[in-house]
Amino acid sequence: MWVAIVVVLVALGSLLFHLFTPWWSTEIASNWGSMDLTIDITFWITGPAYILILLFTAFCIYKFHAKVGKNEAAPESNHKAAYDPENKKLEWWLTVGTTVGVAGLLAPGLIVWNSYVTVPEEAVEIEVLGQQWQWGYRYPGADGKLGTSDATLVNGDNPFGLILDDPNGQDDILVEGDDLHLQLDQPVNVLLRSLDVLHDFYVPQFRAKMDMVPGLVTFFWMTPTRTGTFDILCAELCGSGHYAMRGTVVVDEKADYDAWLSEQQTFAQFRAALEDKSKDNSSVVMNTVGPQPAHGVMSR
Amino acid sequence: MVDVTPEKIEHVGPAEVPEVDLYHAHSWWTKYVFCQDAKVIAIQYGCTAVAIGLVGLVLSWIMRLQLGFPEFFSFISPELYLQFVTMHGMIMVIYLLTALFLGSFGNYLIPLMVGARDMVFPYVNMLSFWVYLIAVLVLCASFFVPGGPTGAGWTLYPPQAILSGTPGSGAGIVLMLVSLALFIVGFTMGGLNYVVTILQARTRGMTLMRMPLTIWGIFTATVLALLAFPALFVSAIMMTLDSVLGTSFFMPAIVEFGEQLAYGGGSPVLFQHLFWFFGHPEVYIVALPAFGIVSDLLSIHARRHIFGYRMMVWAIVGIGALSFVVWAHHMYVSGMNPYFGFFFATTTLIIAVPTALKVYNWTLTLWRGDIHLTIPMLFAIAFIITFVNGGITGLFLGNVVVDVPLSDTMFVVAHFHMVMGVAPILVVFGAIYHWFPLMSGRMLNNAMGQFHFWVTFVGAYLIYFPMHYLGFIGVPRRYWEIGETSFIPDSADSLNAFITVAALIVGFAQVVFIYNIIVSVFRGEKAERNPWKATSLEWQTETVPPGHGNFGEEAPVVYRWAYSFSVPGTVDDYVPQNVHPDYVKK
Repeated sequence: MWVAIVVVLVALGSLLFHLFTPWWSTEIASNWGSMDLTIDITFWITGPAYILILLFTAFCIYKFHAKVGKNEAAPESNHKAAYDPENKKLEWWLTVGTTVGVAGLLAPGLIVWNSYVTVPEEAVEIEVLGQQWQWGYRYPGADGKLGTSDATLVNGDNPFGLILDDPNGQDDILVEGDDLHLQLDQPVNVLLRSLDVLHDFYVPQFRAKMDMVPGLVTFFWMTPTRTGTFDILCAELCGSGHYAMRGTVVVDEKADYDAWLSEQQTFAQFRAALEDKSKDNSSVVMNTVGPQPAHGVMSR
Repeated sequence: MVDVTPEKIEHVGPAEVPEVDLYHAHSWWTKYVFCQDAKVIAIQYGCTAVAIGLVGLVLSWIMRLQLGFPEFFSFISPELYLQFVTMHGMIMVIYLLTALFLGSFGNYLIPLMVGARDMVFPYVNMLSFWVYLIAVLVLCASFFVPGGPTGAGWTLYPPQAILSGTPGSGAGIVLMLVSLALFIVGFTMGGLNYVVTILQARTRGMTLMRMPLTIWGIFTATVLALLAFPALFVSAIMMTLDSVLGTSFFMPAIVEFGEQLAYGGGSPVLFQHLFWFFGHPEVYIVALPAFGIVSDLLSIHARRHIFGYRMMVWAIVGIGALSFVVWAHHMYVSGMNPYFGFFFATTTLIIAVPTALKVYNWTLTLWRGDIHLTIPMLFAIAFIITFVNGGITGLFLGNVVVDVPLSDTMFVVAHFHMVMGVAPILVVFGAIYHWFPLMSGRMLNNAMGQFHFWVTFVGAYLIYFPMHYLGFIGVPRRYWEIGETSFIPDSADSLNAFITVAALIVGFAQVVFIYNIIVSVFRGEKAERNPWKATSLEWQTETVPPGHGNFGEEAPVVYRWAYSFSVPGTVDDYVPQNVHPDYVKK
C-alpha cells in the first residue's frame, strides 16, 4: 500500500517542484526564444506522460499487490494474476500514440534548428578566439570582412595568426583583455576559433552555444535583444583552468557600440605600434599571447 | 512463433543430450582462482567490478563535497577535482557497469538460463577475467604515477587530454588508454563466448523465442559491444601514438600557451565521432541487460507473464540496431557539420518509440498481476520510475535545438546519471537480491534490504531530479567552482549543498548493502529451493547453488517459454520451462 503512496508522492512531488521551482532559465537576451518554446513544448508532451505512467504504476501496485502473509519476502497470494500475453490492438495504439508524440517534439525542434544553422544575410561577422584560459575578439573593421588566419602564424606580434598580406585583415579590430561588445538588435554571426584545445563560447542568456575546435572555424548566429552585461563561460572542458575561463559581453545601443568600437585598435595600428616600440626600445617586444594562467590555477 | 498459451505447446521428445566434455578442476587453484567454470568467473568479475565501483563511489563523494561546499576542502585542487570526475565516470561506465552486466551476470546466467553446462570456450572465458583484472590494475596504477590519473573527462577529448594544461596528460592518459585497450581485449574474449553460447549451446527445446528476456538483453548488448568497442580500441591506439610518438591523428596545428607545437593536420572531431560511435552503443550495452533483467524480475514477482513478449524482444533488437545510428547526438555543438543535426535528431527520437513500448509493457505486466512487493520487485518498480524520468530528459537532449542551451550543463549530468547510472544500478541491486539465493543458497536480510532500497531510491531521486533545474539556470558541468556570476542565484548553492548531503547518505546505504551481502553469505537464512517460484532453468538445477556442469545427468528439456505464470487451468501459479506437459498439475 505505502509503496503505491510513495510512487504517487514522487509523481506529485515532481510536478509541484516543477511548477514552483525557484530555479529556471535565466531571462533571455537573444532571439532564441524559440528554443525556450521548444523546451516548453517538450515539457507539455513528456510531463503528462511521466505523471500518467507513474500514477498507472501506483494504481497497479495498490490494486494488484498480494496480501502479506506470514512470510514477508514471499507473501501469500490472495488472487491469481490474469493471463493474456499479448494485446495486438493495445500495443498498436500505444505505438501510434507514442509516434505522434515524438513527431510533435521533433517537428518544432527541426524547424528551430533549421533557423539556427541558417545565418541571415544581414548578420555581421565577429570572431571569438579561445585559448587556455582566456578569450579574444576580432571585429571586421571598416570593410566588413574578417581577414583570413592561420594558427601556425600565431606569435607575440600576431596574436590572432592573421595572414599578413591579406588586405581584409589590416583593418580588423583586435580586442584582448577587454569585454566583448555587441550591438543591440544587430544579428551577428559569431565565428569561433581555438588555438589549443576545445572550448565552448557560452552565454546562458543567449541560449546559443558552439564548441571552438583548433583547426576549424565553427559558428553560430544570434541577435542580442536587450542591453546589459552578461557572463561568458567556457562550456567545454579545457583543462585545469576551465572553471576560470570567464569573460564579459556587453550589449550596447548602437551609439554606445559605435563609440566603443571607434576606440579600439586595428591590426594595422597594432603592428605599427609594435614596430615603433621595437625602434624605441629594441630589447623588449611585448608578448601579448603568453601564458596567463587564470587565478588560482596550478603552475605547471 | 512464441508459445503464448499452453495449448500451443508442441511435444518435445525425451532428451538425449550427449554429456559435454567438461573441464574438471583438479586443484584448489584451478577450482577457485584460475577457474574455467562460468559461475566462478562470474563471481570473480562481480567482486572485482564492485571493488573498483566502490573506488568510483568514494571519488564521487569527494567531487560532491567540492561542489556542495566549495572553498571548504582545501585539499581538493582544480586538478584533483577533474581527475576524480574523469576516473569516477570511466570506472562507473566501463569497469563497473559493463563488467557487472556482461562479465558477471552474463557469465552466471547465460549457461544456466539457456540450459548449457558451461560457456562454449571456458579457457578463453577464464582469460577474459584475468585480462579484465589487469586492465583494472593498470587503471588503479594511474593514481600513483607522476602527475596522477588523467583529468580529461571520461570522454578523453583530444587535444586537451594529451596537452599540459590538463592534469595527468603524461603517464596518466597513457595508462588510461592502455587500460581501456586491455579491457576491450578481455571483453572480446568473454563476449564471443556469450554470443556463441547463446546461439549454439541452448538445450533442447530452448528456441530463441523461448529465451528469458534477460538472455535477450545480454545477448543483444554483447553483440553491440563486440561491434562498438573496436571504435574505442582504434581511437585509444591512435591517441596513444599522438601522445607518445607525436603523431597527429587527432591533433591539428596548436599554439599552446604562446608556443607552436609540432602537431598539424589531425582532427579532434574525428576522435569524437569514433568515441561516440562506441559511446552511444555503450549506453545500451548497459541498458539492454538491465531491460532484460528487469522484465524478468517484474514478471516473476508479479506472478504474471511479461506483457507482449514478442514486442519486447523486437524492441531490444530494434533499439540495439538503432543505437548505431544516433551517436552524433552527443556532438550537436561539437562543430561538426550542422546539417548532421537533422539526421541524428530524427534517429534519436525514433529510438524513443521502441523504448517507450518497453516501458508500457513493463507497467502492463503489473496490470492485473499478483504483485509481491519483494525487494527485487521494489527495485524493479524504482527502475521504471527512474528510467522513464531519464528517458524523458533524453527527449530534451536528443532534440537537437533543445540540446543547444542545455548541453554541457548540469542538466546533462542529471540526465545521464538518472538513465544509465541510477536506473541500471537499481536493476543490479534487484538482480542481486533476486539471484543471491541461487548463488549462495541463502537469503539476503530483508530488513537491511528494505533500508537499502528506500534510502537508495528516494535519495537518488532527490539527488538527480532537482539537478536538472541547475542545468536550466545554465550551471555548467565539470566546474571546480562556479564562483560569482550574474545569473546563478545563491539558492543554487543551497541546492548543491543539499545534493551533496543526499549523495553521502545514499553512499552510506551502499555500505549497509555490502555488509548485508558479507553477513548473509555466511549466516543468512537458508534459502528454500526456487524461493521466488521462478520458471526459468537456472532455478531448476539439481543442487543449489548449482554445481559444476550446472545440471544433473541429463540436461533439461524446454517445453515452453519462461513466462508461464498463473496459467489458467493449472494448480500452481507457475510452470517451470522444463516440466513435461503431462506432469503439469491441472
